[in-house]
Amino acid sequence: MLLPAVILVAIYSYGPMVGTVIAFQKFNPTKGFFGSPWVGFDNFKNLFTMPTIGQVIYNTVFISLCKMIGGIVVPVIFALLLNEVGRLTVKRTFQTLVYLPHFLSWVILAGIFKDIFSQTGVVNIALQSIGIGPVGFLSNQQLFPFTMIFTDIWKGFGFGSVIYLAALTGIDQNLYEAAQIDGAGRIQQTIHITLPGILSTIVLMTVLSMANILNGGFDQIYNMYTPAVYATGDILDTFVFRLGIDNAQFALSTAAGLFKSGVSFVFIVVSYWMADRFAGYRIF
Amino acid sequence: MAKLKTSASRKVFLVVNYIVLVILSLMCVLPFINLLAISFSDKTAVAANEVSFWPVGFNVAAYKFILSNDQFLRALWISVQRTVLGVLINIVLIVFTAYPLSKSTQEFRLRNIFSWFFVVTILFSGGLIPTYMVVKYTGLMNTLWAMILPGAVQVFNMLVVMNYMRSLPKELEEAAYIDGAGHFQTLFNVILPVCTPTLATVTLFAFVGHWNSWYDGMIYMNTVDKYPLQTYLQTIVINPEAFFRNATNISAELGNFLNLVSARTTNAAQLFLATIPILCVYPFLQKYFTTGLVMGSVKG
Repeated sequence: MLLPAVILVAIYSYGPMVGTVIAFQKFNPTKGFFGSPWVGFDNFKNLFTMPTIGQVIYNTVFISLCKMIGGIVVPVIFALLLNEVGRLTVKRTFQTLVYLPHFLSWVILAGIFKDIFSQTGVVNIALQSIGIGPVGFLSNQQLFPFTMIFTDIWKGFGFGSVIYLAALTGIDQNLYEAAQIDGAGRIQQTIHITLPGILSTIVLMTVLSMANILNGGFDQIYNMYTPAVYATGDILDTFVFRLGIDNAQFALSTAAGLFKSGVSFVFIVVSYWMADRFAGYRIF
Repeated sequence: MAKLKTSASRKVFLVVNYIVLVILSLMCVLPFINLLAISFSDKTAVAANEVSFWPVGFNVAAYKFILSNDQFLRALWISVQRTVLGVLINIVLIVFTAYPLSKSTQEFRLRNIFSWFFVVTILFSGGLIPTYMVVKYTGLMNTLWAMILPGAVQVFNMLVVMNYMRSLPKELEEAAYIDGAGHFQTLFNVILPVCTPTLATVTLFAFVGHWNSWYDGMIYMNTVDKYPLQTYLQTIVINPEAFFRNATNISAELGNFLNLVSARTTNAAQLFLATIPILCVYPFLQKYFTTGLVMGSVKG
């Protein structure tokens, strides 16, 4: 029963893991993973002496950290607000609307954002009518990372709230009644009952999101960036892609990818360990 | 919420709350309304930036133009194939893997070893180039399978289903075994029917994943003729004039549309057509998200 899955994973997941050895070779694709001459850490040396690498790592961490924080805070607030809506049909309608962007690809969303954020797009037309702009949301170096952070939070906050809504329904309603009898107001109830009630979920999601520290969001950035914003918008994954696919620097690209996987591995293991320790979460 | 006397401040809060929620919802939907409006508008109105959320000079020329374009239709067909085949394989593998791994170590001694075998792939991946090379060495380049096999085993979704199965009462299975049912019979007749919420959720994820995937098409297919829809769309998103420039086999009949459509209107129409399948599916599975996803991922 397990066999087909085991074979596929062995080939297409473990195969590439073994294939990372090409990061230590002067790799020639026609000779397979083990046919090329070994060069030790030369590829890594070359990688870390590239003038842009420091900036790329900084961009990646900055963008992913901001996305991470916004990706926790906004869904929590949205879930709290939505939880105050009594009518189930109204609640469901709001949910359907805000879930929409989550299910669409960054290709489609990039197509939309490139249009509405362009110099002649709806957003700039609206801004100009009140005397601002035009603003180069996607072409201005300083703004580009924030456009990425904003649109990423926009895409994910609705669906991200699912888990908090579930946690909110799990809170014992008797606690609220008891608090009311004791004269607690709505705000006090939120601070003393609601927030503690979903705290473990918030901690869990925060810890798990740490695993993405080096995922700046390839699909999103690759489809929206231009060479004009490389300085602030280029992340490890886009860098690895251009190096490997566009420039055919296979070994150098693999070295950069291996660096990313290695660091991510540490973050994922630590985050799962912390999730288990602080929130009792286990992946299996 | 418990019954409360609605005070004045509570009323103010509720009104403000509704306003905030409406604004947030509109923010999520308006970009698509804008897209839809552009796709149905006259090209001159679009070029003059007169279109916001309602079509100006309503016409369906952009859609007629696209639906008579071979490249769009071919890409659509490839996407349909990969999605149907891909989702089917994903789900079969998820079920066949999740079920044995949902057993306890007493029932299935190697459970933990196999579980780790799969989980390791979440923790560490070979990365872009080595994966590309494996696909190349296994002869999948330029075939539909390059977009199906490398991601066939969705480990995270499998864990969601497995954890859901583990949360089911043991008596279910025991009763089936006492009645003389085998493993497969138990799985199909007893376990799977009660897994509807989680299966619906992961099927949706698998469907969305395949439908939205563009990256594999871009790196594993070397001609545009083999691109799935999203990869093809990606080329027009990156280079908005590409579709128009490449539309070489324009018939006389289509030529008549050229004064109505532009790159912007046809691109909007193509992007909108690609979102329709998603719009048709997720709202109906919404009710399963909480039980299917949360119960499967966070165990009590």
